[in-house]
Amino acid sequence: MIANVKCKPWKMEKKIEVLREAKKFVSENEGALGKGKGKRWFAFKMMMSKKWAKFLRDFENFKAACVPWENKIKAIESQFGSSVASYFLFLRWMYGVNMVLFILTFSLIMLPEYLWGLPYGSLPRKTVPRAEEASAANFGVLYDFNGLAQYSVLFYGYYDNKRTIGWLNFRLPLSYFLVGIMCIGYSFVVVLKAMTKNIGDDGGGDDNTFNFSWKVFCSWDYLIGNPETADNKFNSITMNFKEAITEERAAQVEENVHLIRFLRFLANFFVFLTLGASGYLIFWAVKRSQEFAQQDPDTLGWWEKNEMNMVMSLLGMFCPTLFDLFAELEDYHPLIALKWLLGRIFALLLGNLYVFILALMDEINNKIEEEKHVKANITLWEANMIKAYNASLSGNTTGPPFFVHPADVPRGPCWETMVGQEFVRLTVSDVLTTYVTILIGDFLRACFVRFCNYCWCWDLEYGYPSYTEFDISGNVLALIFNQGMIWMGSFFAPSLPGINILRLHTSMYFQCWAVMCCNVPEARVFKASRSNNFYLGMLLLILFLSTMPVLYMIVSLPPSFDCGPFSGKNRMFEVIGETLENDFPSWMAKILRQLSNPGLVIAVVLVMALTIYYLNATAKGQKAANLDLKKKMKMQALENKMRNKKMAAARAECRSLQPVDSNFLSLPEDQKSSFPSSSKVMTHVKFQRTSFGEQLLCSTLDGIPDVFINEGCLSPPRARKISMLL
Amino acid sequence: MGGSGSRLSKELLAEYQDLTFLTKQEIVQAHRRFSELLPRDKQNVEDSLRERVSFEDILSIPELKANPFKERICKVFSTAPSRDSLSFEDFLDLLSVFSDTATPDIKSHYAFRIFDFDDDGTLDREDLCRLVNCLTGEGEDTQLSASEMKQLIDNILEESDIDRDGTINLSEFQHVISRSPDFVSSFKIVL
Repeated sequence: MIANVKCKPWKMEKKIEVLREAKKFVSENEGALGKGKGKRWFAFKMMMSKKWAKFLRDFENFKAACVPWENKIKAIESQFGSSVASYFLFLRWMYGVNMVLFILTFSLIMLPEYLWGLPYGSLPRKTVPRAEEASAANFGVLYDFNGLAQYSVLFYGYYDNKRTIGWLNFRLPLSYFLVGIMCIGYSFVVVLKAMTKNIGDDGGGDDNTFNFSWKVFCSWDYLIGNPETADNKFNSITMNFKEAITEERAAQVEENVHLIRFLRFLANFFVFLTLGASGYLIFWAVKRSQEFAQQDPDTLGWWEKNEMNMVMSLLGMFCPTLFDLFAELEDYHPLIALKWLLGRIFALLLGNLYVFILALMDEINNKIEEEKHVKANITLWEANMIKAYNASLSGNTTGPPFFVHPADVPRGPCWETMVGQEFVRLTVSDVLTTYVTILIGDFLRACFVRFCNYCWCWDLEYGYPSYTEFDISGNVLALIFNQGMIWMGSFFAPSLPGINILRLHTSMYFQCWAVMCCNVPEARVFKASRSNNFYLGMLLLILFLSTMPVLYMIVSLPPSFDCGPFSGKNRMFEVIGETLENDFPSWMAKILRQLSNPGLVIAVVLVMALTIYYLNATAKGQKAANLDLKKKMKMQALENKMRNKKMAAARAECRSLQPVDSNFLSLPEDQKSSFPSSSKVMTHVKFQRTSFGEQLLCSTLDGIPDVFINEGCLSPPRARKISMLL
Repeated sequence: MGGSGSRLSKELLAEYQDLTFLTKQEIVQAHRRFSELLPRDKQNVEDSLRERVSFEDILSIPELKANPFKERICKVFSTAPSRDSLSFEDFLDLLSVFSDTATPDIKSHYAFRIFDFDDDGTLDREDLCRLVNCLTGEGEDTQLSASEMKQLIDNILEESDIDRDGTINLSEFQHVISRSPDFVSSFKIVL
């Protein structure tokens, strides 16, 4: 009772009264509620449950206080409405997810290696090669994540492959592998949880049954506090109503079907061209960047060094505007045009990402080939060193021990570090392009419109260019794809979640400022989806698509022989087998080996497929039952209403009616109809005793249904008239 | 937040937390905002719980100022005999219903009362007409023509009036609203 009082729609005074009475009752009868021997135990239980309730409430308060940026988002909600604010809520949610990933990678991979691993300079893999030493600390080199940045905990290549490190015997290679898998698993769980929570909100997906009702009852956004936004909202609602009404009224007049179809085909053709061109550009840029990597870094300008990242970011920036332009040809309703645009941008970004990965795979294969040569060279080099050492010893029997400085050891090309570096560079350049775009596109444009308006021929604020509107879908897509890159790269560069945290943090402040300062609320708001599941669905797809290459690389490519925690193994996942052999009792290893028997795995897969099919069928059945019940409810309500009306009216009749005069019934038809409002005269009244008592059934002349009878009694004059007639 | 004069007691806070969907910070914040609307000499705790704030003052807060239903909201939540002022507890009631964690049931219940302009327990044509006029703004040119209005209301009644009596009652309204995914997220006011 106490828990439910807040759910009742009563006035506060009533609620307070009820609550105080209930509490008094509970506290007075507490002792009596528990009987006899169990009294003390019962009192104890009550006290514990009260304390637990209080603890839960305090914890909820604490959690609500911990959520960051609440005020900023509220200010944006009140100025722009809930759709723009939904982008920032999404950003905040991503920040939370990335925070967890960062904590995992930092505390379980980077920190142990830093604290307990061998320090910089002790192993070849941890030292900058002699050739690069001079320039290792230059800003240009560090910005490229070469030099000192490359040989640090930020990247895969720094980690040693010793099985345990430090006094805790921390198993670093195992932890590295497991954390990588856990990050992917956690991301899946959290995205799926968010999606299933939103499915409940969807309400079963009755898309068009309540179109107008929803427009009227649910369209106002109560979060709006800014009068200008409110005006915009009024306009958009009015336009919405008018459109819906005219759509309802007239069928669409097809102006020129063939022309429109041709134009749409043309637009799609251009779009394909653009997608193909962008894919080719990226492939070419990646190839060129590998050529540049072979050359001497000093001969390259800034553009050559950053060409590939710039190309990818610029493509991501300009192609959507091109798509917008092509969409002018198509002449769709704005909502449909938005969906097409989103689809095309998604295809563009996805295509870019995969071309990038393909080019990367090319490079990885090259590096693996190169590794074989380097391995062969190293054996020769070692043989030479030993010969030289023996030669130097021949003169002097007790010489210094054989020592080669780690910086002088020839290195293999570490393909994992290269992959990590590419992703980190891409992320950084993406951040920079986004910020520069916002500064130039939004801020400078707003300044120009504001200040040059005084001395310009036409009104800049209302015509072109005017202030920019906040592009929700573009920003959300960019966020989703950046997250995809993080998921792909974080196995090879454990620092990537940390870099992303920094990026999201600054992005929040920067974009909040930009939105409040330079953007105006949208004139018409179109939501891409009914619930937020559209964007979460895309996120899930990207998560799936970005973990596939990583898993492929883990499972099928051999790790480098001289860098990283898996060096020396044939495949990266062998670390699991090794741990099972050495650290677990032998019976456990035997059991697990049995479990990975192919027959068992196939059986499990079959069972899962059957479960999915069964659940699908159950869901369909329940939906059908739902529809059925709805129909029944409607029919039942109708019947009840009819019955109630008849009962009420006939009861009123009988109070003022005399017994039927059979003379009236024997009158000819035309005379009957000459009576005033004759169609409304009841010809006979039947008394029927049923189990519910008296049920009055009335019928009328000509069989006209008696819906004319209003709820409640007939008016006295009419009742008198009928009693006179009958 | 000043001395003990302007703070709510712990028991009262706990009681309010039991009775509403608000967290402790939200209740404290609501109390602060409400006290600011009272005249200077009445801003201590005891008076703030007893005093009432007139509609003009309540409607001046930015969260309600731009809302087309602001008068109806105040009227629905007011417990004064003449229904023209809000006490602190009414204000808390308001915030609780419009908060994030309130159940959809209670939100739809109060939405129905807000839309019921003539307080007769059903939404008839007159109520719906006034509702649509509120939504289309103040100006003459933005309002719908009579025929458009009629068609719109006809369509609404067609969709939602299950028993075909020409009005929408509470259960029909709740049935319509419960299917909408936008309602819960837009029916929110946060201080």
